[in-house]
Order: sequence, then C-alpha cells, then structure tokens
Amino acid sequence: MAATNKKMSKTRSMKTLTLTMLALPAILVIFVFSYIPMAGIFIAFKNVNYEQGIFRSPWSGFENFNYFFSSSDAWMVVRNTLGYNTVFIVVGTLLSIIFALLLNEVISRKFLKTYQTLFFFPYFFSWIIVAYMAYSFIGPYGIVTGWLEDLGFTSFDFYTETWIWPILLTFINVWKGLGYTSIIFYAGILGISQDYFEAAAIDGASKFQTIIKITLPLLMPLITIMTLLSIGKIFYSDFGLFFFVPREVGQLYPVTQVIDTYVYRMLRQSGDIGMSSAVGLFQSMMGFVVVLLSNYMVKRVNEENKLF
Amino acid sequence: MTLRKKLPKMLIHLVLILFGIACIIPLISIISVSLSDETTILQEGYSFFPQGFNLSAYAYVLYKPAQLLNALKVSLLVSAIGTIISVLISAGISYVLSREDYKYKNSLSFYVFFTMLFNGGLVPTYILISNYLHLKNTIWVLILPYLAIPWFILILRTFMQKIPHTIIESCMIDGASELRIFIQMILPLAKPGLATVGLFTILQYWNDWWLSLMYIDKESLVPLQYMLYRMINNIEFLTRTASIMPGMNTVPAETARMAMAILAAGPMLLVFPFFQKYFVKGLTVGAVKG
Repeated sequence: MAATNKKMSKTRSMKTLTLTMLALPAILVIFVFSYIPMAGIFIAFKNVNYEQGIFRSPWSGFENFNYFFSSSDAWMVVRNTLGYNTVFIVVGTLLSIIFALLLNEVISRKFLKTYQTLFFFPYFFSWIIVAYMAYSFIGPYGIVTGWLEDLGFTSFDFYTETWIWPILLTFINVWKGLGYTSIIFYAGILGISQDYFEAAAIDGASKFQTIIKITLPLLMPLITIMTLLSIGKIFYSDFGLFFFVPREVGQLYPVTQVIDTYVYRMLRQSGDIGMSSAVGLFQSMMGFVVVLLSNYMVKRVNEENKLF
Repeated sequence: MTLRKKLPKMLIHLVLILFGIACIIPLISIISVSLSDETTILQEGYSFFPQGFNLSAYAYVLYKPAQLLNALKVSLLVSAIGTIISVLISAGISYVLSREDYKYKNSLSFYVFFTMLFNGGLVPTYILISNYLHLKNTIWVLILPYLAIPWFILILRTFMQKIPHTIIESCMIDGASELRIFIQMILPLAKPGLATVGLFTILQYWNDWWLSLMYIDKESLVPLQYMLYRMINNIEFLTRTASIMPGMNTVPAETARMAMAILAAGPMLLVFPFFQKYFVKGLTVGAVKG
C-alpha cells in the first residue's frame, strides 16, 4: 500500500515536472521581457546621467513626477489619452454589438462570408499602411480634399486643422477595429443555445423583444469582459494611430499627443530617461488601478461577469 | 405584407454592404493612385480610378530593388521564424494551462495574465534590450519580444480546454508519456486553434514596425513596414532637393509612396484566404475567463 502510494506520488510529480517543462520556454520569455522590466521601474526615481550609468546615478525621489505634473503637457496628454479611449470604447462597443446583431440576421452563407471577409480587411493593414490610406483621402491631393475643393473650400489642409482630428482619429480607429470586434461578438451570439430562441419564437416574441430579452443579456458576459479589457488599457493608446496617421505634424500635437507617443518622443528625441520612465510608471500604475476598480465594480453588479 | 417583411432585411443588407465597401475602398484608392500618372495626380488629385494609367511608380520604386528585396527578406525571415517558434511555445504553455490537474495551474495563469494588466513601461524595456541583452540591431530583437503574447495564449488555452479530458486519460492508461500525448494527440486536435493563433502571429510579425522603430538603425535589418515609414521621409527629402535643383524633377513622390504601400501590404493579402477559413472558429473565445 505504502509502496503504491509512493509510486503514485512519484508519477504525479513526474507529470508536474513534464508539464512544467512544456511551459518553460514561454515562462522564460515572459520573465525576461515582462517581469525584468517591471523591476526597472526604480529608474523613475533616479536622476539618470550617462557617465554614472543607471545604477549609480543619484536618487531623485519624486522629482521626475513633479516635473511632469507641473508641466502643461501633463494635462494635455492625460486628457487626450482618456478622452480618445473613452470615445473609442463607447462608440466601438456599441457599433460592434449592432453589427454583430445585423450579421446574425443574415441567413445566406454566401452573403455572410462576403461580409466577414470585407470587414476583416482593415484589421489586416499595419498602421503605416492605414496612414497612407488616410493620406490618400485627406492629403493635399486626396480624394476628400478634392471634393472639398469642388465645394469651394480651397486649400483646406487637414494636417493643420486641429478641430477635425478627434473626429478623424475616432473614425479611423473604429473603421480599423470594427470588423474584428463585431466578429468576436457575432461568435458570442452563435454560442448562445438555439433553445432560447426557439422557446421565444413559440411564445410569439418579436425580433426586437428577442434581442432585448435574450441575445443581449446572454451576450453580456462577453461584452463585459471585452469592455473591462479595454478599460484596463484606458491609459494606453494605439501608438501607430496617433504616431503615423497624423504624420508627426507638430501643430497637431495638442489633439494627437497621447501618453505613449509622449513617452516615446521624450525618450528618443529629448533623451530624458528619468522623466519618460516616470510618465511610463504613472501610466502602468493608473492602468492597474483602473483594472482593479472596474473589476470590483463589475463584481458588485454581477459576480458572474468578473474578470478575476 | 411581403414588402413589410422584406424591408428590414434589405435595410440590414444595405448597412452591411455600405460598411463592406468602406472597408475596401481605401485599398482601392491607394492601388489606383499607385497606377496613376504623377503629373495628372498633381493636377487633378487622387481618385478611385487610375488616372493616366502607367507603372512608372512601380518602375521608380523597383529601379534599385536591392533595398526593397532586402527588407522583404528581413520581413519574411522574421515572420517565418517568429511564427514557428511562437506557436510552439505558446501551444506548450496553453496546453499546460488547460490541464485542470496541473498542480500550479492557478499561479501559472496569474503569472501569464498579470502581464496584460501591468508592465514596466517603455524605458526599462528599452534599456534592458539595448544595454543588457545587447539585442539592438540584431535580427533577434525583431523576434524574441513577441514569442509569448498573453492574448494569444488565452485564445489557445480556451480552445484546448474544449478537448475532452477523457482523451488525455485514455492515453495515460495506454501508457503514453505526457510529452507524447501533447505532440501526438493535443497538437493535431488543436489544429484550428493553432492555425488561428498562427495567422494572428504572422500578422503580428509582418505588420510590426514598433520593434524596428525602437531597436533597428542598421540598413540591412530594416523590415518592410519600417522601410515604408522611412520612405515617406525619404521621398519628401528627394522632392525637396528636386525643387531646389530644377533638372531633377522626375521623382513620382505621390504615386511611388502608394506603390510602396501596395508592395508592403500585398503579401498579407495572399495569407488572407487561409485566415478567413479559420478565424470565426478560432475566435469563439465565447466565455473567456482570465
């Protein structure tokens, strides 16, 4: 008896060992590229200078943070980041749910396939290509610029008009991501058991009632998780959208500069290591707090839908 | 009656068709500009149809193809090597995470998915990669950082969780080792999931400009997307010099730009049909839980 127990526990630990070995390469990669940089957040509290190196540079306490928050840029980049993301989440989620519901109404497989294929196109292009596409519409020789000229707006330059960029960036962002997210929601709807819909049909529910009473509530866990994930990233932006699409026009910075592009420019153009890592740390910390908060809120409303 | 029933259907199709058109129109516009004649463009502006059809933009871009071919080579190499390694190691960890009977399942999922919520930020990562790992200006810097992406691991794990555990148990009773179960049973069964994640990974590597923007200065290691980005600046530089020196006004800046974009986007369009086959199935992340 004791011998078999011993043998059992031996095979069990062998099993754990082999499985751990299978996971090991990924564990290592994640350790090196995600966890070691986390240890590097102390740089934010240093006054880095190149002669002494990072470790030997003097500590500076919260100086880097103070410097950032007392600058006028701080309010601008935080406002832009949060503002754009909020609009993206609201508009993007609403539209993708609507499109998923519309797709669900399409019965013909041929049409369905065609729509899905078309909708996925924008997802396939890198931001650099998208920037070129945008340029082909709103550049000096662009199609939309041409239309505006025909309407009498001569020499309208999209790349200097700040007011139009919040609309443009929202439009482009939604355009690029809508196919992808609506298909995720569509797949979610497909996952709902047909029994519910059949029962509703027998009870004589209208299409609209079915959507409100069955489809949406049953889709809610997926919607919550997708929204939570985007809220978790509310302090992060799609770098490519804000960096390439407005083509680095300095005049547009007040409406296109977000935390990510700010940190990048700070690091690569001004070489300010201390301050850019302070802003980066602020970003990570805030993002973390936001995820915990929204998860807590969801948990209070509905235990089922929580992320963790 | 029939009209009342048909009308909503037609409206739905109308909305979907309009958005479908909006999705490909920009591609059509850059293709048509790339096929247009530069002087006509400068006079009349861009349009959805090629104006003064010619291939001079492509001739210009491909005139000295060495740089372009080199960028293509870098992109292909990075995408191929990166995708193969990435799918293998992601499959490994996803499988382990999908096993309910794995002792450290919870701590390991926390370890992986925590990185989706918190990270060290750009500066520590940059310093680690360039000063301590010395990966700057090597081909590896374009591959290694994307080998284990938590989101892809999540998709793959969800997919593998659907494989009935009884299959694994019966293999064990037959005396198969864990490794053998993974390679001979799980990998073949998870093929649609692997294909989806594989295609996402190809896309990730092919479309990446971030790593090259950060870590590549060396001409021979510039991938296509980054080259495209630098090309905008280069052509602007060329046109500026051209306007200073009158004899040199033959740079088809507007059309060449778009020709380059087509060349960089093209190969992914070839992958598209394969992608199409798998994505809805693979994306059924339905009840994803972190």
